[in-house]
Amino acid sequence: MAYGAAAAHGEHDHHPTGWKRWVYSTNHKDIGTMYIWLSFVAAIIGGAMSWYIRLELAHPGIQYIDDFQFYNVLVTAHGFLMVFFVVMPAMIGGFGNWFVPLMIGAPDMAFPRMNNISFWLLAAALVLLVLSTVVGDGPGTGWTVYPPLSNANYQPGPSVDFGILALHVAGASSILGAVNFIVTIFNMRAPGMTMHRMPLFVWAILVTAFLLLLAVPVLAGALTMLLTDRNFGTTFFAPDGGGDPVLWQHLFWFFGHPEVYIIIIPAFGIISQVISTFSKRPVFGYLGMAYAMVSIGVVGFIVWAHHMYTVGLDADARAYFTAATLIIAVPTGIKIFSWLATMWGGSIEFETPMLCAIGFIWLFVIGGVTGVLLANAGIDFAMHDTYYVVAHFHYVMAIAAIFAMFAGWYYWIGKMSGRQYPDLLSKVQFWVFFIGVNVLFFPQHFLGLAGMPRRIPDYPDAYWGWNYVSSIGALITAVGTFMFFYIVWYTYRSGKPVTADNPWGEGATTLEWVVPSPAPFHTHEELPVIGSGGRPTTQAAPAE
Amino acid sequence: MSSEVKSHPFHMVDPSPWPAVGTIAAFLMATGGIWYMHAGQPWVLILGFAVLMYTFFGWWRDVLREANSGTYHTPLVQRGLRVGMLLFIASEVMFFFAFFWAFFNATVPAINRIAHEVWPPEGVIPFPTFGLPFLNTLILLTSGATLTVAHHALRLGDHRKTALWILATVILGVIFTACQAYEYGHAAFGFTDGIYSSTFYLATGFHGFHVIVGTLFLLVCFFRARRGDFTPNQHVGFEAAAWYWHFVDVVWLFLFVSIYWWGSSAFFAQQ
Repeated sequence: MAYGAAAAHGEHDHHPTGWKRWVYSTNHKDIGTMYIWLSFVAAIIGGAMSWYIRLELAHPGIQYIDDFQFYNVLVTAHGFLMVFFVVMPAMIGGFGNWFVPLMIGAPDMAFPRMNNISFWLLAAALVLLVLSTVVGDGPGTGWTVYPPLSNANYQPGPSVDFGILALHVAGASSILGAVNFIVTIFNMRAPGMTMHRMPLFVWAILVTAFLLLLAVPVLAGALTMLLTDRNFGTTFFAPDGGGDPVLWQHLFWFFGHPEVYIIIIPAFGIISQVISTFSKRPVFGYLGMAYAMVSIGVVGFIVWAHHMYTVGLDADARAYFTAATLIIAVPTGIKIFSWLATMWGGSIEFETPMLCAIGFIWLFVIGGVTGVLLANAGIDFAMHDTYYVVAHFHYVMAIAAIFAMFAGWYYWIGKMSGRQYPDLLSKVQFWVFFIGVNVLFFPQHFLGLAGMPRRIPDYPDAYWGWNYVSSIGALITAVGTFMFFYIVWYTYRSGKPVTADNPWGEGATTLEWVVPSPAPFHTHEELPVIGSGGRPTTQAAPAE
Repeated sequence: MSSEVKSHPFHMVDPSPWPAVGTIAAFLMATGGIWYMHAGQPWVLILGFAVLMYTFFGWWRDVLREANSGTYHTPLVQRGLRVGMLLFIASEVMFFFAFFWAFFNATVPAINRIAHEVWPPEGVIPFPTFGLPFLNTLILLTSGATLTVAHHALRLGDHRKTALWILATVILGVIFTACQAYEYGHAAFGFTDGIYSSTFYLATGFHGFHVIVGTLFLLVCFFRARRGDFTPNQHVGFEAAAWYWHFVDVVWLFLFVSIYWWGSSAFFAQQ
């Protein structure tokens, strides 16, 4: 059969149809698409919760939420949803699934069936998490689930158990997904695609997968202890039985700190691809960029207690964690400067993905700078649990990641759907969202410096001004969000068809741009042969 | 699809119902588990467990068929499966890491300023280190050796001998589990008696659970070896089971040294 001739056309578009195509899927593109849709659903729920929070906080006094447990439930569920069900599914499950095999010249993921259960377990976990908020009183623990607040005395109903098991199931999904990505990247690279020729997005997913593999099981262990403390009478975190609530914080943050890199490293990968494409230059300092991510991943495992400066660690421990945390600024700086150096002297095109990438850098730098501040144990004593921290992590991790997701979606939607987003509207959407989130979160620095605590539904009148501004920012952000979902709908319904394999021109050099748009059901069935610079040298001959 | 001529060495897996069925099992077990914990009704949990067993059976039946067909599991696919198993074991190591952390957090003042100065805490009578726990150590170490004999026989293509030595390993695994059950039944401290019990039962309990899983895995390998599934060059399933078993073995050595030996040395030094 003539592979070369057929590869581009309908020949390889035979696929199962109806519900079985999705429920029984073993196709990395279909599974990636399902992840992205799951992320949209979770984003609407999680986003609505955050707007309700900002609505309550727009004025001092109690506005809408007189049940404070419910306020805590909103805060908790917003965190869980955004971290585990919006950012991770979109960037790792969605874009990772779609583009890791395409970029390394593999025909699919290593374990396609396992890939599917990774997705469906996450869907089940989402249902469990939503159930946790509607049964009983909901989990009012914060996403960090610290005991004693999360123990059976203070949260006696089934809600926290639903939350724990949702995280267990989501964690199983993550571990299986991580194994899948690592094996795919180690074992299925096309001939000539050496590790040092892999696109930075693939490097990013590789590092992320290792973080997931090694961090998530520690959370699973901690959650199991919490579950048995709550239901079976163990006393891991209960001082009256000789246990130690601070143990939970250690275990949680030993997972939790790598978790924030799990969220942001795939974003690094997307941003590197986008900036290189629209500057029409290869990424500056490619190897430095790759190993910066590796070292961020490694160092990310030994800085966890900077989340716990006020818990009574001794001075030596705080000095160590301060120093180790500050060291992370070095590889992070390498990344920022290399992105800027890539743009420097480049022929820059301000397409929407590029705008989002620059927006990412802005947010990430501001959040990174406040992070250097918070890394200092002495300063953090004053800042801990204030809105300064809320502003910091929403800048550096949350909204930065959202912009990376926007960048990735705008960059790749032509390849994924065969239709292009509406150009002008997408640029307006970028600016509305960008202005919105900055108006939303920048004033929270001032509130935090003034001492406003987080996770409280009311505040003294003195904090009213910036809270009001912040809530207006939330409203603008809401408009930007609805515009994005309108753009998604519009693109699928009547976006301009993309006919070129590579609509972005000479800057887009990775392998997803040599397959047709939309990418056919099966790609790289003939493995490409890769030469220097990661570009395919020749059309590969079929195996003898 | 898979029936077409392929020009690459990878396995394009056909669509499969098992991931979705397995997810139903996970969901039933989660909700059923909560129902059981809060209302004492175990039925949904049991149903979920049954669906889980059904998933394991169906999914791995398909994997074995694919492996035995001789076409799907190329050397490169086998390598992928092996790396996948190693990574899974790495994640398991990190799961046990959490329980060891809990143990040392309770016992080592250098880690935790409010760690117990006396361990075991007063009133707890631990097991004599060189009684049943040491016997269990010897049983597990021996089982590692018998499994290696099985592997050598397998490399030489001797199916009878392979099956025999796998069976010996399985029997040792069952004896170990029986010893652990006996130990639990005769413990001088209950499950809810404080932090010593918490760390002891969860750490050794999860280890015991892994022994049972590993024993079942080896039991499947026993039947596969008898059926002639394994060849000297292709026996990924056996290798995975063996690695898993050795991992369980090593975890036990850490448990024995930290919890049963070092953790009770102060108690027996006082006697």
